Amino acid sequence: MAVTSESSIGTPNPRHAAEDPPRPSATSSQLAVTQRRVIGSEWIKFRSVRSWTIMSAVAALLMIAFGALAASVASGAVPTSGPRPGGGPFAATDPTAISLSGTTLTQLIVGVLGVLFISNEYANGMIRATFAAVPRRLPVLWAKVIVLAGSLMVLMVVAGLASFLLGQLILGDGKNTTLGADGVLRAVLGSGLYLAGIGVLGVAVGALLRNTAGAISVVVATLLIVPGLARLVLPEDWNTTITPYLPSSAGSAFTSVTGSDTLLGPAAGAAVFVGWLVVLLAGAAIMIRRRDA
Amino acid sequence: MIVIDHLSKRYGEQIAVDDLTFTVKPGVVTGFLGPNGAGKSTTMRMIIGLDRPDSGQVTVDGRRYAEHLAPIHEVGALLEAKAVHPARSARNHLRAIGATTGVTAKRVDEVLDLVGLTGAAGRRAGDFSLGMSQRLGIAGALLADPQILLFDEPVNGLDPEGILWVRGLLGDLAAQGRTVFVSSHLITELGAVAEQLVIIGRGRLIAEIPMSELGAGAAQRAVHVRSPQAEQLAALIGAEGVSVRTGADRDVIEITGLDSEVVGRRAAEAGIVLYELTPRTVSLEQAFMDLTRDAVDYPAHPAAPTSRTDRSAA
Repeated sequence: MAVTSESSIGTPNPRHAAEDPPRPSATSSQLAVTQRRVIGSEWIKFRSVRSWTIMSAVAALLMIAFGALAASVASGAVPTSGPRPGGGPFAATDPTAISLSGTTLTQLIVGVLGVLFISNEYANGMIRATFAAVPRRLPVLWAKVIVLAGSLMVLMVVAGLASFLLGQLILGDGKNTTLGADGVLRAVLGSGLYLAGIGVLGVAVGALLRNTAGAISVVVATLLIVPGLARLVLPEDWNTTITPYLPSSAGSAFTSVTGSDTLLGPAAGAAVFVGWLVVLLAGAAIMIRRRDA
Repeated sequence: MIVIDHLSKRYGEQIAVDDLTFTVKPGVVTGFLGPNGAGKSTTMRMIIGLDRPDSGQVTVDGRRYAEHLAPIHEVGALLEAKAVHPARSARNHLRAIGATTGVTAKRVDEVLDLVGLTGAAGRRAGDFSLGMSQRLGIAGALLADPQILLFDEPVNGLDPEGILWVRGLLGDLAAQGRTVFVSSHLITELGAVAEQLVIIGRGRLIAEIPMSELGAGAAQRAVHVRSPQAEQLAALIGAEGVSVRTGADRDVIEITGLDSEVVGRRAAEAGIVLYELTPRTVSLEQAFMDLTRDAVDYPAHPAAPTSRTDRSAA
């Protein structure tokens, strides 16, 4: 940018609106607000804030790097201080889960990204320009969900596949598995979709709370703290009844190959996870319509 | 045409807008005046549906704002200048807003040029000065070529050159037949451009009058008198129910509601010596303050008596 001094750019065009050449004035129907146009607007917003593009890329790279690291540890290529020399802490677990172990960390980044995508507009006041342009408001929520879920779906499915393939390569023959094995493809694609879903969860919580710090705390607590806390404080039978229905556990049900007694089946897990998103988005939609901006 | 019909809005205990009814006529600049906290911004937010009225309604050209197909093509609004993502460039900010309603990239560059931000279009909006942000906000209001424009305190933070530019722009927009509704807490900012005035205080309508009426109504009445027998004159005229103010100087009084000829004749009849007898054009500012005196939430108390040097509003 060659221009640095304000005075040189600060001089308004002396040609006032009145002297502008007459422009064919567009009609209201040509300029009608449509869902497609609002999606286009949100796409411009998403890609024009560099820190969000960087966060998305970092989320994908961390997913792959973490999987590779876990696979290296599990294959014994990287020595650890774990209790099982040669096997590492992952020795007993399933090769798909090892290569996808970046999900735990990556979900926090995409969750925060989802929160920021909407809470930021409340923080800086942009939301009022947004809702002035789209006073029905809900198209904005849907557009944010579509833009974020769409971008993350592509990015995270690719990152999930890359993590899996790289991880299996590192684990080596005998310890690894293939996409053709039972439930593996579902777990790999499921991880990508789960991460896109966490982004949507972030948008919904951000829209509900409108406050960045509060919404990020809720997302992190929901994903990491609540499951552990439930195990600690709830009576045993309550814990086993409730925990499978938490978003993170429901996600594990369709992102892991092996499954477990404490988890729902893959289809039921996916349904519960989607149910969470639907409920949170419905709540966000009601609040967005009702509250003053 | 904006029609505001028995509009009320409260935030908790605080009544922001109280049974407000007025219309903003097309083709002129209407000034929206009131002390800070009078409810101007709340009213503007309700016009474009950002805040929901507790009762009453607002229509823009016969419909609620949200019912228009292309809302920002109907009403362009500058409510807060700094309402942008700080990391987004000015150009991308306008493109994102315009995209909702099919505004082209070419039009975005046009309005950036119109407000003099072409050279800064690629810079982070967060690094803009208040004046530049204000211009970006004006560009956003003009973006979809609306027939109605709302500007909330548009000259805030502008340098004198910028203020002149905004005034010129407001006049031009009205000359094109657009409806311009512009708020301010300073009448002098609007004196030059506003033809019509809507004055509110504490959320209630105080006056809805042409600017000329506020000026003329104020101008006839005040007479400034200096006399060694000022107290005697004040008592004489005050007995007739005319408002008389004693200045800081004991021999100076200000008479409101009588022509200078009448004051002079009365003084002569009573044998009162006059050193000075001056008809005053009460400034717009004074007239405005007289109207809103009772409607200020937290009035400041004058620290010292001030001599009223009157300037007619530029």
